[in-house]
Amino acid sequence: MVEYIKSYLGSSTTPGQAGNVFWASVYILLIFLGLSVAVIAMNWLERKILAHMQVRLGPMRVGPHGLLQPIADAIKLLIKEDIMPSQADGFVFWVAPIVVVITAFTVFIVVPFGPTHAVTDMNIGVLFMLGVSSLSVLGIVMAGWASNSHYPLMGALRSSAQMVSYEIAMGLAVVSAVLMTSLNATGTGTLSMIGIVQSQQAQQVWFAFKFFPLGLIAFFVFAVAMVAETNRAPFDLPEAESELTAGFHTEYSGFRWSLFFLAEYSAMIAVSSIAVTLWLGGWLRPFPHLLSGSTWDLVFSVLPGATFLLLGLMAFVGVFRMPKHPYFRVQTIGLAGFGVILGLIGLLLLPRLLSLCTCTSGIAGPSRAIASISL
Amino acid sequence: MPQNYVPIFIFIALIGILIPVTLLAAKLVRPENPSKEKLMPYECGIDPVDYSRGRYTVRYYIVAILFVVFDVETIFLFPWAVKFKALGMFGLIEMLIFLAILIVGYIWIWKKGALEWV
Repeated sequence: MVEYIKSYLGSSTTPGQAGNVFWASVYILLIFLGLSVAVIAMNWLERKILAHMQVRLGPMRVGPHGLLQPIADAIKLLIKEDIMPSQADGFVFWVAPIVVVITAFTVFIVVPFGPTHAVTDMNIGVLFMLGVSSLSVLGIVMAGWASNSHYPLMGALRSSAQMVSYEIAMGLAVVSAVLMTSLNATGTGTLSMIGIVQSQQAQQVWFAFKFFPLGLIAFFVFAVAMVAETNRAPFDLPEAESELTAGFHTEYSGFRWSLFFLAEYSAMIAVSSIAVTLWLGGWLRPFPHLLSGSTWDLVFSVLPGATFLLLGLMAFVGVFRMPKHPYFRVQTIGLAGFGVILGLIGLLLLPRLLSLCTCTSGIAGPSRAIASISL
Repeated sequence: MPQNYVPIFIFIALIGILIPVTLLAAKLVRPENPSKEKLMPYECGIDPVDYSRGRYTVRYYIVAILFVVFDVETIFLFPWAVKFKALGMFGLIEMLIFLAILIVGYIWIWKKGALEWV
């Protein structure tokens, strides 16, 4: 058994690549476990941080500083009565939360936690990620339609409209990251998530800092789009409490409601880990070419995957979930989704293409020099 | 390589088993005494006035159609982005022509007011 584990740890492929069903299942179970713990932790952190921002204490009673509050909530939800409205479409109502959870979790198949530490490494990883994450719209529309009530239907429609409009900005931002992977000797990039991190390693720079302002703008566009995708703080009008009570899951209660909750938080972790993989160098340390040497090796071996975790959390808790923003109006969202962001990314892609083009075709020495400086 | 895709099915099967099992297990411990009021659609305490799957604004259809158009555009960009450097100038110009045609349509949509809500 020990020999078997050792032989696996020394291997150079992901379990999916090796066709090893056992290790793939172990990884999948680890992801389930890790996600559940992360969701519990995020729930507690969000409540505590928001409370302190609003000069409150937040949960304090259950456990030290309310640490066990999410677990108490989970138990409460499990033993709570589960109501299905009499006019609801039973089967769709039952299936909708399962669809949402499956789509939110399945993205983690392609998220790499290390050079060989992912469930599987598909050569279409990025496309798989985009496809699966856009399927969650389906679950939300199913939930809203099946409830047969006004608020859920309105919430589901708003939610789906918002998610599909920002899907495009998200896809275009991802294209710009894929484009940067092709800047190597062979001239061929990759869509595999591990391959994208490895090409950041080969190019010795995080893609967020490549072509200095441009990579950062693409990362920012993705960051905004991913907050809109997950229906979070400034974009939370599908769940606008004052108008729609709770949006598409108004009619859900008990354990089924908690499935939506689980899916929402794990989708947030999923999109932020994708952002970290594509732009912030996955498992790599920041500025690999500057921060090398034995001291930095020691520092980063003490903090394994610290960038991954810290930046993923920062993306949501620190920056976007800041003191409750007033949310946008529906009108603004519709326009912003297609208009502003699509225009912005169009403006963004062109100068990058031009700069790359002069660089790669070897016409202009000066622009190559400028590119290497800004790199 | 097909074995790369096997874990997807393991993953979906595991969730597809775990969640219904948990839902059924919760059924054993939770109370179950529905009443007429509990089973009514939630409408802030008043009786629902209308069939809820009625009409809603046509804007949502427009958003969905626009999404299909521009999402397909994004998907077309991916193969080109992967081979960006290998295709070089030729690929870039081809793609710019493709994008220009789409941007003309985009400007037309904008002028028609399809991107404005209400």
